[in-house]
Amino acid sequence: MISKVIAEKGLPAWAQAAPLALVFALFFLVPLLLTVVVSFWNYTEYEILPDLTARNYIEAFEGCARRLLAASPELCTTLKTYLTTLRISLTVWLITLVLGFAIAYFLAFHVRSLTVQIVLFLICTIPFWTSNVIRMISWIPLLGRNGLINQALIKMHAVNEPVEWLLFSDFAVILAFVHLYTLFMIVPICNSMMRIDRSLLEAAYDAGATGWQTLTNVVIPLSKPGIVIGSIFVLTIVMGDFVTVGVMGGQQIASVGKMINTQMGALQFPPAAAHAVILLATVLTIVWGLTRLVDIRKEL
Amino acid sequence: MKDLVRKSLSRRGVIKGAGAVAAAVLGPDAITGFPAVHSQAPKVLRYLGTAVNQSADIAKKVKEDTGIIIEYIPVTTDDVTRRVITQPNSYDVVDTEYFSLKKLIPSGNMLAMDGKKIKNFDKITPVFTKGELPSGKKIGDQGTAPRKVMFLEGENSTKFANSPTQWATLIPTVYNADTLGIRPDLIKRPISQWKELLNPEFKGKAAILNIPSIGIMDAAMVVESMGEYKYPDKGNMTKEELDRTIKILTEAKKVGQFRAFWKDFNESVNLMASGETVIQSMWSPAVTAVKSKGIPCVYQPLVEGYRAWAAGFALSKGIKGTAKADLAYEFVNWFLDGWAGAYLNRQGYYSAVLETAKAKMEPYEWAFWMEGKPAEKDIQAPDGTLLEKAGAKRDGGSYDDRMGAVACWNAVMDENDYMVKKWNEFIAA
Repeated sequence: MISKVIAEKGLPAWAQAAPLALVFALFFLVPLLLTVVVSFWNYTEYEILPDLTARNYIEAFEGCARRLLAASPELCTTLKTYLTTLRISLTVWLITLVLGFAIAYFLAFHVRSLTVQIVLFLICTIPFWTSNVIRMISWIPLLGRNGLINQALIKMHAVNEPVEWLLFSDFAVILAFVHLYTLFMIVPICNSMMRIDRSLLEAAYDAGATGWQTLTNVVIPLSKPGIVIGSIFVLTIVMGDFVTVGVMGGQQIASVGKMINTQMGALQFPPAAAHAVILLATVLTIVWGLTRLVDIRKEL
Repeated sequence: MKDLVRKSLSRRGVIKGAGAVAAAVLGPDAITGFPAVHSQAPKVLRYLGTAVNQSADIAKKVKEDTGIIIEYIPVTTDDVTRRVITQPNSYDVVDTEYFSLKKLIPSGNMLAMDGKKIKNFDKITPVFTKGELPSGKKIGDQGTAPRKVMFLEGENSTKFANSPTQWATLIPTVYNADTLGIRPDLIKRPISQWKELLNPEFKGKAAILNIPSIGIMDAAMVVESMGEYKYPDKGNMTKEELDRTIKILTEAKKVGQFRAFWKDFNESVNLMASGETVIQSMWSPAVTAVKSKGIPCVYQPLVEGYRAWAAGFALSKGIKGTAKADLAYEFVNWFLDGWAGAYLNRQGYYSAVLETAKAKMEPYEWAFWMEGKPAEKDIQAPDGTLLEKAGAKRDGGSYDDRMGAVACWNAVMDENDYMVKKWNEFIAA
């Protein structure tokens, strides 16, 4: 069977793919499989017990239906946490998409010199020049109660009391995410835009299309692969993040990642694994939905 | 050096029976600093613990005195536990907290420490062995008090003994009594009770720590102080008690009482130093760190008492019966010998063997840190930064005042599983 496949595709092709496939299998597929297996195991304070139990999944959604159907309906912890994470992810996605698209458009169509393009790209990577921790901590002197922005607002008599929602809030979390991950939108979208044949834009202009019509009928459809790839980057990263949400939200905003982190801290590996599987399923569904919009393989 | 040897010789007379034999074997090597002739391989010990306890000064001094090279493996409190249970061969010596023992001991991955090989075993403060001060005064016993988990019934037993035995789970290194940190310059009035943490006066300016097993204890101190409920044992709550505690916390969170929760030492320093919070759960060295920036910060003693914690050394089962084990005992003996104890005391922590630490401290330092007396001279941290001017007193007073007022210890509860679930609910609320 294998020899037949090799005969069809040629040995060199397989040999070229093998190293990456091996790394992928060893360090991604196997751990992932183990996670799924462990999510069905039982556990005590200090050990995990090989078993086949749905306990971890049942407990994850325990009371959800009862609370939703109660006289005063409310969400259970798990649903509430997923909704918060989804809400933040979608907001960040929307903002990075608009910003990323605009910046990519500027870089691809308005900047003519390659040197300037490269310099501007490098400027976009500035947020990544320092470590995550330093970056997070340095938001405090800017956004904090006694931070630069509040001091400026008070000196300008725009407000009497310091504005509290600048830090340790949804706003702060979203700001930090946008600050970091817009780049992941810019790069793939810009890449798609650079490949658009300029004569198409001229043709649209000659055919009497307005700027807006050119954008919606030519540029956006042809940038779709970039948009989808950028969206996958941003959504998957933000869905799984717990460090940024923790630091910028003052640990007061729940995220799925944080929930898993807390359970790992308490040595509850099986329920943590179950939540990881649920999160993975959620993210995969989103990615699947996105790839329905565009067939990335065909477009690339 | 010579002085040291003489002291250890006279001390040796105190230890009786087999203990003396063991000490005689280990003693000279541990004290003189000359590597034993038979040791060929480099004397390296892998030391697993939290970064807060892993000082470069201590590693340097150990090397000077004994030739042992300490390789620190700094991880978080939770990760220490995880490492011990899942990778017992990845370290030689572990420095962990007593409350983790309920999880660690049943795993069988830790070696019981043989008291007969520890020179100062009999001089370990009774806070650990009997749950009382050297003066004989009983101290708070709620939670995982070290006394309850200090000894094992036998070398290979996984059952905690009720009274002292030869086999210790951990050889204690450092402990302290924790309380709330406040910014007196921003609060501008005396604070004397735990309930002030949830006082609406400090709405949006309070913080609690987001390490469930410690945060829940601080919460319990607050709930009792508010007069909402009196726990039979704060360190071992029932499900109903957990529900009640988390409900009070959740209500406070919903009206915006908390500015943030912190998990990391540096986060707590930043929150306090920047004025984002004015009252919060805090650790002693964090208060020191805020102070050393020239910002007023008080580790406020409160009438309901302190929440205490303790840490100690154990050996990995991976080095049982090897030369590494001897090396580890040599290191632990060095640790109890005074220099490290003095170093810890000067940071505001407490050392397990008081008299050896006292011998390595200046009398005015001992008077300030341990006796609660006004400082005769300026008090400096081990790194030389100025901590207190002459005339200042330590927050909370003497060792007896502070450790004597311990109300409960950090704990792992029987309902730990449920507690973590409720804590996640609180964070999500």
